[in-house]
Amino acid sequence: MSDYQPIHWSTEGYTRVPYAVYQHQEVLAEEQKKIYEGNAWSYLCLDSEIPEAGDYRTSHVGSAPVVVVRDDDGEIYAFENRCSHRGALICLDRAGKTRDFQCVYHAWTYDRQGNLKGVAFEAGLNGAGGMPEHFCKEDHSPRKLRVAVFCGLVFVSFSDDVDSIEEYLGPEICARIERVLHKPVEVIGRFTQVLPNNWKLYFENVKDSYHASLLHLFFTTFKLNRLSQRGAVIVSESGGHHVSYSMVDAPDQAAGTQYQEQGLRSDQDGYRLADPSLLQGFKEFEDGITLQILSVFPGFVLQQIQNCLAIRQVLPKGVASTDLHWTYLGYASDTPEQREVRLKQANLIGPAGFVSMEDGAVGGFVQRGIAAAGDLEAVIEMGGESTSSSPSRVTEASVRGFWKAYRQLMQA
Amino acid sequence: MSTLSLRERIADFHAAYIRCIDQDALEQWPDFFEAKCHYTVTTAENDRAGLAAGLIWANNRNMLHDRVSALRHANIYERQSYRHILGLPFITHSAPEQVEVETPFMVVRIMHDGQTDLFVCGIYRDVFLLNNDILKLSARRVICDSSRIDTLLAVPL
Repeated sequence: MSDYQPIHWSTEGYTRVPYAVYQHQEVLAEEQKKIYEGNAWSYLCLDSEIPEAGDYRTSHVGSAPVVVVRDDDGEIYAFENRCSHRGALICLDRAGKTRDFQCVYHAWTYDRQGNLKGVAFEAGLNGAGGMPEHFCKEDHSPRKLRVAVFCGLVFVSFSDDVDSIEEYLGPEICARIERVLHKPVEVIGRFTQVLPNNWKLYFENVKDSYHASLLHLFFTTFKLNRLSQRGAVIVSESGGHHVSYSMVDAPDQAAGTQYQEQGLRSDQDGYRLADPSLLQGFKEFEDGITLQILSVFPGFVLQQIQNCLAIRQVLPKGVASTDLHWTYLGYASDTPEQREVRLKQANLIGPAGFVSMEDGAVGGFVQRGIAAAGDLEAVIEMGGESTSSSPSRVTEASVRGFWKAYRQLMQA
Repeated sequence: MSTLSLRERIADFHAAYIRCIDQDALEQWPDFFEAKCHYTVTTAENDRAGLAAGLIWANNRNMLHDRVSALRHANIYERQSYRHILGLPFITHSAPEQVEVETPFMVVRIMHDGQTDLFVCGIYRDVFLLNNDILKLSARRVICDSSRIDTLLAVPL
């Protein structure tokens, strides 16, 4: 946009966010360099989605197309999905199995580690044409990414300087991932939700424990999640990652009354399910936690809502367009009855989810609402100014944490 | 019963079904199904891969009633309506009391501000039960051709 001015942050703290940060191609381009290709780890897939040598998937790190593949040595490799000749995509399919990769344009070939191995007609034809003798294939491979697997999650990074994945996540986030991914999982469905908003608006929404029981009436009415339930918000030291969790206690009369006294829309009596089995799961977590939403900067979400497990990958597609890739999970050890509970509870999530559909729309409401307000700011002050963990979920600490991590990388 | 009359009755059923949704008479939508029924909205990619989860997944008619009451009383979404356009039904299997049919569909979504877009296309893979000449769905698998859903899927397909 021609009216772009570098983003101006008006306070030292993290309680104000200029709306311009959601509105400009220049910001998105800078985010690609400093965040997605900077000191961060991006989630790509589960290692169980590429179990055998030659299995691959394609995805993105920000806007960069990436191939992730397992080689004969059992290791996982990732490289930019860009032929080093003219820049065409090397691999066109979403997933598959292959011995090597060949660009369709001029048939340059790459091994599973992303090394350029073959140049068609390299020596020319009948003694004429061909590449110069000094052309060295070893010097011409697409960019390779670091790969780290944690609890079966495949993360990649363009950066050689980024901390190890365990250090990047920190002990509290690691423990909360391990809590869910403590045994082998299976993919039971994949869906993509196209969000009409900037990627940051969705990632903030994930971290925003304040909105959950106010926007999502389905949750509240069926006592799946009330702020008055026991729970907490954990924010990582970097600010970039968070966990919000809750556990159902005996009904809290006093807190219930607070909703009624404030006349909040979220509390309507008399709404009952014709099939209450939707919410009748089984206990599988000894700690009693019925809801855990976990995010890893800049675009990974792991959720447990009762027995409903899913991964969400947040990918920017433009200033005001974001792809949200849902991967629904079960455990490999599920009985048929347990699997059916997961299928039933999956009605809560995804593009048609009883508690997730609003999140697909609300970012668009912001994107449209701020259309003429690029020089104004959002107020993110619930729970004060802190970016640290909180026993209360009536806080925006983890949203402020996001901006702390974001600004740390963007000012570098 | 002739194949022709069966096809006509399937066409009548489809016409009534899409009219019900497109006219926002969602409270009547579950009546097109048997009490014991399956209704799933999924995508061709998931269908090919044999992945069981759906965007919507119901294994009885009460869950369809719940979907409607959630849309009416709980969920927040901008006012919108659909226009279903169906292709010709293809009978894949026919027995005296049960018939299996595949029918292609396109759904245009009309937002409250007038924005009108092709929202989704795909096929209905149906199992109808024939009881006393009344057709009801014992299974409808809505298989969307694309795996990408714009913003949200609120109203059923």
